Amino acid sequence: MRVNFTVNGRPQEADDVWEGESLLYVLRERLGLPGSKNACEQGECGSCTVRLDGVPVCSCLVAAGQAEGREVVTVEGLAEFARQRSCGTGACGGHSEGTPDSTSAGASDGTPEGAPLDEAGERAARPQDSHTGEGTELSPVQQAFIDAGAVQCGFCTPGLLVAADEMLERNPNPTDADIREALSGNLCRCTGYEKIMDAVRLAAARQGEVV
Amino acid sequence: MDFLRPASWQEALAAKAEHPTAVPIAGGTDVMVEINFDHRRPEYLLDLGRVGDLYEWEAGEDSVRLGASVPYTKIMENLRSELPGLALASHTVASPQIRNRGGVGGNLGTASPAGDAHPALLAAGAEVEVESVRGSRRIPIDDFYTGVKRNALAADELIRAVHIKKADGPQQYSKVGTRNAMVIAVCAFGLALHPETRTVRTGIGSAAPTPVRARTAEEFLNAALDEGGFWDNGKIITPSVAKQFADLCAAACNPIDDVRGTASYRRHAVGVMARRTLTWTWESYRGTRRTTEGAA
Repeated sequence: MRVNFTVNGRPQEADDVWEGESLLYVLRERLGLPGSKNACEQGECGSCTVRLDGVPVCSCLVAAGQAEGREVVTVEGLAEFARQRSCGTGACGGHSEGTPDSTSAGASDGTPEGAPLDEAGERAARPQDSHTGEGTELSPVQQAFIDAGAVQCGFCTPGLLVAADEMLERNPNPTDADIREALSGNLCRCTGYEKIMDAVRLAAARQGEVV
Repeated sequence: MDFLRPASWQEALAAKAEHPTAVPIAGGTDVMVEINFDHRRPEYLLDLGRVGDLYEWEAGEDSVRLGASVPYTKIMENLRSELPGLALASHTVASPQIRNRGGVGGNLGTASPAGDAHPALLAAGAEVEVESVRGSRRIPIDDFYTGVKRNALAADELIRAVHIKKADGPQQYSKVGTRNAMVIAVCAFGLALHPETRTVRTGIGSAAPTPVRARTAEEFLNAALDEGGFWDNGKIITPSVAKQFADLCAAACNPIDDVRGTASYRRHAVGVMARRTLTWTWESYRGTRRTTEGAA
């Protein structure tokens, strides 16, 4: 069957979709968006988390046909999604400077993040693609994950980013308990979660500074 | 496989009548797991995601009509005062991602003995509104579960809503698992005090082939509370009464040994949860009584 839906703001059409296929499979194998990861295929791990009409869901448990006519945001579109959201709140103008500001603040804390962040700046200068996320500046939560060292093997990261970003949208000043609950559906087997907690706290703090 | 995409409830009923083997899918959190793991290859998937009224709820005089597809997240956010037991149970379901998709209709359709909503529905008192092209009927929750993953639905029927009695007293829910999120219950227990009728209702999950009430325990407790004048004097429940109640709840179980726990552990844990939830709800009832008396 054919499925039409919007992914990261762009209308998409997937053909020859098997009726029992998951949204995750369509995203990864038919639309060339491998950011959402396929691990447990039973909703246990959260690594396939995407926004479906704004709501975080496990894309492995959404039948592709159920996405017909709906809007999906994947980790590839997270940066653009976050940028548009901050534009909506009027914080748009300051945003492009916001990230370098916060990174220099990070560097002055003694975090040796100079080189990769410069690269991020270079990437932003290249042509951008909101669909695949290539060339776009990172979203605040993505930057915070890098700065806090919350990424190890990286497999759980896309799902955590989507879940964490949605929580910060709803709850700009989360307690540790709020963060733990919001991320309770995302498993990480490397970090022990402490760095992930640090990253979300950092993203929340930076978000607070901008506003 | 065919993917049926009814745009309305009437279309959904017609599709189910035409294809009784069609598997309804709403949140997909049960059905998609089975498909992903090749445990199930239904001939037809019947997507209920476009039937808007399944996502609505309405609080009436005595009960809440909860659409079959209302996600657990919405129950937690919006129905905590009307349905405290179900709201607590909803919060124990899996993870935020799953709670954003799954709902009580799916729990009832799957009818797993481990479904988190069941003990809360049994304790509160509920009726399941089911419909086919032949007509609509309401199945009392006590008659709904007929076996392991079996329910009282006919092949052409779909679950439309659940009518759950609004709380007239404190309700509690307790679940045993290895962590707070993403666990299938080792066992679970729901308890509701009904001061209006001076009765107590219970629900046990994951400790028998179906979700069950501990009827003997309820009868014992109803009689003990009545004889001791507890509903009026608001005294602390005698430890011996609480113990007897807990023992009778444990005796109502008919559990098995499996990977999540042994039968004897489940019996023990249900007894402990019964005693605790009774204490919690009764303390809350006594507190409310005191407040009301103080105000009067």
